[in-house]
Amino acid sequence: MTRSTYREAIRLALATALEADSRVLLMGEDVGRYGGAYAVSKGLLERFGPERIRDTPLSESGFLGAGIGAALGGLRPIVEIMTVNFSLLALDQVVNNAATLRHMSGGQLGVPLVVRMATGGGRQLAAQHSHSLEGWYAHVPGIKVLAPATVQDAHDMLLAALADADPVFIFEHQLLYPTEGDLDPARGPATIGQALVRREGSDVSLVTYGGSLGKALAASDELAQAGISAEVLELRTLRPLDVEAIEATVTKTHRLVIIDEGWKTGSFSAEIAALVAERVFYELDAPIARVCSAEVPIPYAKHLEDAALPQVPAIVVAAKELLGRG
Amino acid sequence: MAEFVMPSLGSDMTAGTLVLWRVAPGQVVKRGDIIAEVDTDKGVIEVEVFVSGRIEKLLVGEGTHVPVGTALAVIAEEGDPRPQPPPAAPRAAAPPEAEPAPARSLHSPTAGAPMRQRISPSARRMARELGVDFSHLAGTGPGGAITRDDVKRAAAVEPPAEADARTRMRQAIARAMTRSNREIPHYYVAHRMSFSAALEFLERTNADRIPAERLVYGALLIRAVALALCDFPELNARWENDALVMSPGIHVGMAISLRDGGLVVPAILDADRLSLDQTMGALRDRVERARRGQLRASELSQGTVTVTSLGERGVESVAGVIYPPQTALVGFGTPALRPWVVDGQVVAKPVLGMTLAGDHRASNGHRGAAFLNALEKLLSQPREL
Repeated sequence: MTRSTYREAIRLALATALEADSRVLLMGEDVGRYGGAYAVSKGLLERFGPERIRDTPLSESGFLGAGIGAALGGLRPIVEIMTVNFSLLALDQVVNNAATLRHMSGGQLGVPLVVRMATGGGRQLAAQHSHSLEGWYAHVPGIKVLAPATVQDAHDMLLAALADADPVFIFEHQLLYPTEGDLDPARGPATIGQALVRREGSDVSLVTYGGSLGKALAASDELAQAGISAEVLELRTLRPLDVEAIEATVTKTHRLVIIDEGWKTGSFSAEIAALVAERVFYELDAPIARVCSAEVPIPYAKHLEDAALPQVPAIVVAAKELLGRG
Repeated sequence: MAEFVMPSLGSDMTAGTLVLWRVAPGQVVKRGDIIAEVDTDKGVIEVEVFVSGRIEKLLVGEGTHVPVGTALAVIAEEGDPRPQPPPAAPRAAAPPEAEPAPARSLHSPTAGAPMRQRISPSARRMARELGVDFSHLAGTGPGGAITRDDVKRAAAVEPPAEADARTRMRQAIARAMTRSNREIPHYYVAHRMSFSAALEFLERTNADRIPAERLVYGALLIRAVALALCDFPELNARWENDALVMSPGIHVGMAISLRDGGLVVPAILDADRLSLDQTMGALRDRVERARRGQLRASELSQGTVTVTSLGERGVESVAGVIYPPQTALVGFGTPALRPWVVDGQVVAKPVLGMTLAGDHRASNGHRGAAFLNALEKLLSQPREL
């Protein structure tokens, strides 16, 4: 067990994979000489060479398509996209190729591709670098969508993604890269599709993922001081979704706050709310509450950005209202 | 003023859910109008109003589960003083004696539909499980909604609903019988028969039996009715939704009057498949448990036909009221010595009067008469029972 940052944990997992399997390669904008826009791949070019750590042109559709081709050809490519906003340029490759080829080839072709990208706001990178669109990806059958929120998961989920025979998308919240935590590098690949209760509670469930986990835990601390026991469930995987875990926590606390940095309308939080209404309606003791980003392009100005993103006080207020203590 | 209450739609019904209001406050209704739909164990049932008047106020929101007898709405009867008209409108055009505006459609967005009571889904389910009436609970949840905790607290303090059980039973009987006479077009056929063969059979059979195993003639009557019904399925049926529905089994309900003035009709299930001794055992069991107040609700709701015997009351015959939704009731008088013609000679014989009350929607008098004749034949050969 060591201390590590989220960024270092991903780098360690990358290095481990590159070391262990000669089919693994990393490509993306600035992953080589610059060391990655978020410095995740720093040092890897020197260690593994330009054949396996490849800088690409600014052409998301092109290099994601190249990744799909490499995966079809028997390699284990890891494609880094700078932010989820830029990934939209490659959405055709994702939806029409990566997600469909196994189906359309009658099972003859698999695309064992790993795509990593930064998501989320909070660093004053303005509206074209700050959005949370992982919920869009979770809409698409044929791919898996992971959102590691802890240092351990950052490491273990990358290993799990590489071990998967189908395309896996990993969304790394940009605020998480410098965070520190314990890392056991030998724990092995994470289980895809498994949510985890990060804090036990009995009065209200805070269901969240990715960059909002820390906010949910902080909110549960504050709620505890007000005598409210909040359970925090981290989804970890958006697709496949651990529906049983969501049902279990709602059945336990009977109250649900969903925290999702995506916009509310048509969002992943809406999917969770709908699932709960469909499956455990009679467990609900209060309406479902959602804390999401304001329905605006995420602003640049610090105070406006803070106001647009889900924050701890909003989570606390939402939870208290469900308990009639608003 | 009259109250529209949650009706008892069967003697086993203790509570129901108001599913839908078909009226809005202010609407004028007349006796017989269907004004609400109520969900019971037997499905959603349309409920009519017994008085004519104007809906004054809806007391219970849609989706609310309340005990039988709970007031659901207040109706201003014809002749009741109208509430004060609203203060004169500034527009002089409206004459003060104008009729109230015609009732608005329930579906119009401005209709004064009652607000659904705020209670969480989980609390609603819990209330149902614990038998808590939440219609008057104050909620502590968001927006004043009733929560699980509110229901738990209410369950802890709510007294057992024992208050005036006798009155409630009388009310339940009243409702069932009122409904029967209102809805069921009864016809009656009556017959008399010599009961001597049956009584002689009983005497012989009981001679070497200890008292606890002796047969009473009521067992013969029930056994005979059950057997006779095998050939008359329309008398062992229900009239539902304008159609005759045959009951799958013959469950003979026997009317038992209680010492406190109550009346219960526990059923003997599949009576056609019981031997005479088994019928006797069931009869004894039902009577004993009825007197002890230990009947099961299912026994009170499963009868498919009713037998009433006023045996010890010294009457010749009884023409009863059918117990809805059944389609027939068989009444027996007291077997008593009467002049009876045998081979042209008048002799004294124990004579039994029997009456069939039939639902004319389900059967005709012709069939009813044939049934009583079949009954006579069975009771004349008691050894075959």
